[in-house]
Amino acid sequence: MHTATVYAARMNWLGEPELAALRLSLDVAGRAVLLNLLPAIAIAWLLTRRRFAGRTLLDAMVHLPLVLPPVMVGYLLLLLLGVHGPVGRWLDQLFGLRLVFTTGGAAVATAIMSFPLMVRAIRLSLEGIDNGLEQAARTLGAGPIDRFVSITLPLMLPGVLAGAITAFAAGLGEFGAVVTFVSNIPGETRTLPLALYAALQSPDGDALAARLALLSFGLGLSGLLAGEILARSLRRWLGR
Amino acid sequence: MLHIALRQQRGTFTLDVNITASTPGVIALFGRSGCGKTTLVNLLAGLSQGAQGRIVVDDQVWFDSERGVQVPAELRRIGYVFQDARLFPHYSVRGNLEYGAKRAPQPPSAARFDEVVDLLGLAPLLQRRPGGLSGGERQRVALGRALLSQPRLLLLDEPLASLDAARREDVLPWLERLRDQLQIPMVFVSHQYDEVLRLATEVLVMDDGRVVAQGDVASISLAPALRAIVGPDAIGAVLDGHIERMDTATGLADVRVGEGLLQLLCADASIGRRVRVQLRARDIILATVEPQGLSVRNQLRGTLCRISPDGDSDLIEVDIGGGTRVLSRITRSATQQLQLRPGLVLWVLVKAVSTRGYIFAPEATA
Repeated sequence: MHTATVYAARMNWLGEPELAALRLSLDVAGRAVLLNLLPAIAIAWLLTRRRFAGRTLLDAMVHLPLVLPPVMVGYLLLLLLGVHGPVGRWLDQLFGLRLVFTTGGAAVATAIMSFPLMVRAIRLSLEGIDNGLEQAARTLGAGPIDRFVSITLPLMLPGVLAGAITAFAAGLGEFGAVVTFVSNIPGETRTLPLALYAALQSPDGDALAARLALLSFGLGLSGLLAGEILARSLRRWLGR
Repeated sequence: MLHIALRQQRGTFTLDVNITASTPGVIALFGRSGCGKTTLVNLLAGLSQGAQGRIVVDDQVWFDSERGVQVPAELRRIGYVFQDARLFPHYSVRGNLEYGAKRAPQPPSAARFDEVVDLLGLAPLLQRRPGGLSGGERQRVALGRALLSQPRLLLLDEPLASLDAARREDVLPWLERLRDQLQIPMVFVSHQYDEVLRLATEVLVMDDGRVVAQGDVASISLAPALRAIVGPDAIGAVLDGHIERMDTATGLADVRVGEGLLQLLCADASIGRRVRVQLRARDIILATVEPQGLSVRNQLRGTLCRISPDGDSDLIEVDIGGGTRVLSRITRSATQQLQLRPGLVLWVLVKAVSTRGYIFAPEATA
């Protein structure tokens, strides 16, 4: 992401506000993906490989962000993670961690919104892995963790990668939940879509808005293309 | 020794078996699709649960529902060869072979690794990915992978079922080599009678979740329970014998079976080797007087033991000496015309070209 900003600056095409928004968007989306990675793998695995009470409920909960208004998710986060919220107060007291109005908070909001995308992609790849391979590993003496690390994880890598890239690309553009939870603060929470919105609100921001829109478009498209190409070569490497 | 006493109810299907078989050897589970063979094997492997009973392999209790013993599959040390090979696509053939080897309590030595690779002819495949292998090659790799995990018991669940006839012939001789050269007990699941004949030392015939007949191949080949499962053309006595004389010019071997001597065509045979012969009932002619001037190579004198109707014809069981029995299928009108009845002395005529001997050496003599 560093090279992208340097390249844009050298082109003398993007000004400081655009660069700041771009840097922030990449930062927020990247952190959101990292936050999601392990929980998404765990939940996708649970949903495909385990039968337990409340599985359907968990499945629905995971998908909620896709159907809820993003503003509502942001509001919920504000209630929970705000300085006076039950979780927010606890985080503040124990770790001195404040999420409201910070880049970290933007990452959390983005993570929650893109979580279902990631789980879906990983789940899809897990469903494609024949359970029989894990059984075969079992008869060859591999315990549960061994099996997961040596068989399941490598075979689901294309799905994890596809999920991470889709979630990253979607995270670059998260608006509603972010603006509600952490507001629109330049340099702190003003990511690309928020900058775009702010530019549209100002009377002489048309040119800036156009550049930001173009930037978002290019980023999203190249992200999706890169993901597809990577996943394809990974699948070939895995012999599938 | 292998002891399995299991009962499991799944919907309308009930599995109910109580068997004891000696090890090492090849125990064939034979029966039609859906008779419960795979269910039984998965319980034996520990891959499925929910049964009542006991599984004891040699002196180890793998499962005992009363005492709450349930050894997890990964600790049972079974080499399971699945119908669909189940090779790991992200490992090379070598990686697949090493997967089980690395996890064995006592990993096989490098010499042992090479021995298995040689035994199964895997050397040219080692660097390849499973995706590019033929069906027969995959099964051989799967066999090698199972063997190198140093198993106490080898489970082969229809390892040839997904292969066409030519590929099956590619893999069968390898299985015969395993049986003859290794001392690992094997449970071989199949719905193909000819595979069972070639490989098994002991046969369990299953039907609808139960074992309906058990014994060595010779006694199973005469069992009435078998007749409902194999087609009428496959019915016939199977005899184990050894080669007494060999005429290399004509390719004819004299095979001693019990007190009788059979002449038949037998490839790659040498004196002293054990052979298994199937005498199909439909190929066997009976005579009430000693015939003369026939091209038939084998004329064995015997005593009629039993006549049992089977379909629109009769199966005649004849003792050719020392308790060795053969089956002949003849029409009902022949039975009546010749006035066949138990106790009658008969000549059994067997064409040398209508039978084939399979080299069979369950003891590691080769």
